[in-house]
Amino acid sequence: MNSTWIILGATSSMARAFARAVAAEGAGVLLAGRDAEELAALAADCRLRGARMAEAVTFDARDARTFGPIVERAEAEEGTINAAVFVGSMPEQAAIDTDPALIDGVVADSFTGPARFLQVLAPVLEARGQGTVVGVGSVAGDRGRLGNYVYGAAKAGFATYLSGLRNRLTRAGGHVVTVKPGFVDTAMTWGLPGLFLVAPPEAVAADILKAVRKGRNVIYTPFFWRYIMLIIRHIPEPVFKKMKI
Amino acid sequence: MLWKTADYAGWGRALRATGEIARPERRRALDDILKDGLVPAVGMRRSYGDAALNDGGRVIDMTRLDRMLAFDPATGVLEVEAGARVGEIAAAFGPKGWLPAVMPGTGLATVGGCIGQDVHGKNHHHAGSFCQHVAGLTLITAEGSVEVTPEGTPGLFRATAGGLGQTGVIAKARLKLLPAKGDVMVVTERRVEDWDEHIARLDASEATYTVGWIDATATGAVLGRGILEEGETGSGLMPKRVRNRRVPIDAPHFALAGPIVRAFNNAYYRRVPASGRTVVRPIGDFFFPLDKIHDWNRLYGKRGFHQFQCVVPLEAAPALRDMLDTIATSGLASPLAVLKRMGQGRAGFLSFPMEGYTLAVDFPNRAEARELIRRLEDRAADAGGRLYFAKDSLAQGTAIRSMYPELPDWQEAVAKADPGTALATDLVRRLNLRSTR
Repeated sequence: MNSTWIILGATSSMARAFARAVAAEGAGVLLAGRDAEELAALAADCRLRGARMAEAVTFDARDARTFGPIVERAEAEEGTINAAVFVGSMPEQAAIDTDPALIDGVVADSFTGPARFLQVLAPVLEARGQGTVVGVGSVAGDRGRLGNYVYGAAKAGFATYLSGLRNRLTRAGGHVVTVKPGFVDTAMTWGLPGLFLVAPPEAVAADILKAVRKGRNVIYTPFFWRYIMLIIRHIPEPVFKKMKI
Repeated sequence: MLWKTADYAGWGRALRATGEIARPERRRALDDILKDGLVPAVGMRRSYGDAALNDGGRVIDMTRLDRMLAFDPATGVLEVEAGARVGEIAAAFGPKGWLPAVMPGTGLATVGGCIGQDVHGKNHHHAGSFCQHVAGLTLITAEGSVEVTPEGTPGLFRATAGGLGQTGVIAKARLKLLPAKGDVMVVTERRVEDWDEHIARLDASEATYTVGWIDATATGAVLGRGILEEGETGSGLMPKRVRNRRVPIDAPHFALAGPIVRAFNNAYYRRVPASGRTVVRPIGDFFFPLDKIHDWNRLYGKRGFHQFQCVVPLEAAPALRDMLDTIATSGLASPLAVLKRMGQGRAGFLSFPMEGYTLAVDFPNRAEARELIRRLEDRAADAGGRLYFAKDSLAQGTAIRSMYPELPDWQEAVAKADPGTALATDLVRRLNLRSTR
């Protein structure tokens, strides 16, 4: 498989599972993030699992200067260039309520940072006439809730951006998969109360890879979240505004 | 959140604990936790009893620190984080012609757990125990991170190998992998009709991997009957893939009642033709047959189960036969029963193996079964044998002392590495292992 995956936010457990899955198929991986030590360990792991090439590259969603070098590094590889975006941050809503300035960081990490990166990458995919972008959003983006509406708003913005990018890249032979995971068993959800049907990151990664192969547009993972969110999206606003879910 | 309060159990689900669990995903997060003092580390919790439990205290779940870090094809040494599962290493390296030198009966066991129990596999008679293939490990002790090797720090190494995690938190290990012909197994299965034939065939087997499945419900003239499996690695033939299955619910307690087990065992025995057969299997199917059925421990229902496993010296084979006779006539055994010949290989003060025969049998968690296991434990001790900490959930400290003559050496090293007994687990407390009296 002569393809290269740029993986943004590669140290998250979902991204790690995805990187390992594509590595096992022999793809090259550019592991992008801020924690060099962790990225180096993951790169070694991907190589030993069969990656054709695995390198750590610096990526900071809040620092656009880090974007260009990653795209240039990817361009040096022949074949298909793909990107999977796993970045995002979710401070507690209560923390944002006391410090509204935190909103900027959430939006940069979950929406504008990755969107700006993909904007730099898009012409490369168009020029090669192929390549897939996987954008990991969240079911939280489907409706603003009391518990995390700033995070949800950023993810909703990112989902709309991905929809537009899909519209653009499709014309050039590329594709965009929007992924909306439900509860996933990661460091972010560890020990949080009230979670149910929590999916292992490996299952989410397998779902994403399947969606990439089938050229799906928007997937929920695990699949039943499509139906949960279908119901939640259809609750009338006069009722929803009084609910605490 | 860093600490999650949870109710958790050993694999047998008969022993449980409640306490706080942290699951670091980055190496630095582990170091940060341990800065405030040592905490026992656990892996996939595949030990049947309470080796991975710390009721009322804290544990660190190591399963997300599971990366393979470096491999040297010249020496076959793989550096890997302690949370990596043995089966994943086999899956990644089998196609390249390497395998972990020793693999336990489940591929889901972590490297850290395999070291902490100094596990053995179906090739113990040739290859010895897991830790005999550990070139070194990185251990976080009360005094910080130390490199432990068999040559450089023999005392600490022998206390850590099979040391139940009491010398520190194992962060990384360097494993000497064994060259393999490929990533499939060529397996010869044949029926053995009774105990004497079973022992004779195990003694005579020249295969790299040998194990006997025992029908622990067969009595009288067919006591000890079963199937002998002999395996070698091979290449070139791709066996068809089998789908993984999951036990979705706790089974009712009669699911493994006597008549059902007898019927199952009979069918399982007859599955192999009387003339024997040779089949090709994926590596995982041969080494980890039960991993295909996720959560198979739920077949025993909510009350869980116990596994009795002992090893007795070669000359005590008749005593082991008598124990099997007691098990078979009790009608309490489950289909999971295994007989194996062990070699001398062991790497630590508390390692289980000794040259002889090891018998492992599962029992549902019922009063009669617990009583039977206690009697079997006494007889294992009388026969000069010992119990396995990875399986045990019922033994008492006094019996263990005669089985593990090197316990004082272990205690001395452990007292140095963890003077505050911060690493004690439920098993260590139940068996009073860290007390010199």
